[in-house]
Amino acid sequence: MDTKYILIGIAVSAVVTFALRALPFVIFGGKRQMPEMLVKLGKVLPATIMAVLIVYCLKGAVVAPVATGIPSLVGVLVTGGTYKWRHNTLLSILLGTVSYMVVLRII
Amino acid sequence: MGNIFRKAFIKSIPIMCSYLFVSMAYGIMMENAGFKWYYSLLVSLTVYTGAYQFVLVTLLSSGASILTMALTAFLMNSRQSFYALTFVDEFNRMGKRKLYMIHTMTDETYAVNCTLPDTGKEKQSIMFWVAFLSRCYWMIGAVAGGILGQIIPFDMTGIDFCMTALFVIIFIDQWEKAESHIPAIVGIVIAVLCLLVVGQQYFLLPSLLIASAVLVVWNMRRK
Repeated sequence: MDTKYILIGIAVSAVVTFALRALPFVIFGGKRQMPEMLVKLGKVLPATIMAVLIVYCLKGAVVAPVATGIPSLVGVLVTGGTYKWRHNTLLSILLGTVSYMVVLRII
Repeated sequence: MGNIFRKAFIKSIPIMCSYLFVSMAYGIMMENAGFKWYYSLLVSLTVYTGAYQFVLVTLLSSGASILTMALTAFLMNSRQSFYALTFVDEFNRMGKRKLYMIHTMTDETYAVNCTLPDTGKEKQSIMFWVAFLSRCYWMIGAVAGGILGQIIPFDMTGIDFCMTALFVIIFIDQWEKAESHIPAIVGIVIAVLCLLVVGQQYFLLPSLLIASAVLVVWNMRRK
């Protein structure tokens, strides 16, 4: 893999992330309030982004519905099911990932 | 001093359990994708944001454009601005520690900071040590995961599903708290449409852009 590309990718990610963390100190440092529309948007946008990312994670299922699709479906159901049941993040990640890896090898 | 550190450590124990575990999965996933432990350490040191670090592995190994990375980082981490907003005054009073506090704010340290009673200087020191310890846990786990990934004798194919699992859990949490499910449904529908139309190689960027635009319009129109 191209080292330069990787380092630029990491650097850009770091700068964008730090800029976002520092943004309120630059713009709103003087006690000004964030516009209400932005505050409202900040409450609803994360759910949209997360939904897009889940589809991104599962994109392989479209190309290989059986080989990737079925293990993914099992993994998501185990993760979601156990999380609904116990609300334990670590347990659900562990069981979901293990079940995905197991089904991936069976199919 | 010792007393404050002990308080901070106790506050950080839940973060320790989750960070060591999740960042170890991250380190193993990086190793599995061909990135040695020092890349995991570098990313954890400079970017330091849980969910996006996982996405970055996939973006880097699929050769995504730098623009896609920048925009994904922007949209995934914009919530950090809202966290920081809560603590503008407090961090401004922390002198030399201010920049460190800004850089190390995460979902988890934000949550802990919100539970601290307002004790002035003591609270500021506790926040600092919680941030410091959390960042250590994250880096230790990432490096340990990378090294573990090298020596684990069996095939770790599929370990990257831990990212999907993490996102499913965040999604369920958001779904349960949400007043309206329209934002989540918009995200799924737009992403699936883009995937079908654009194909899996390039659909992330248009999905994020279109879904965010739809949300901005929907957000402006609702009371």
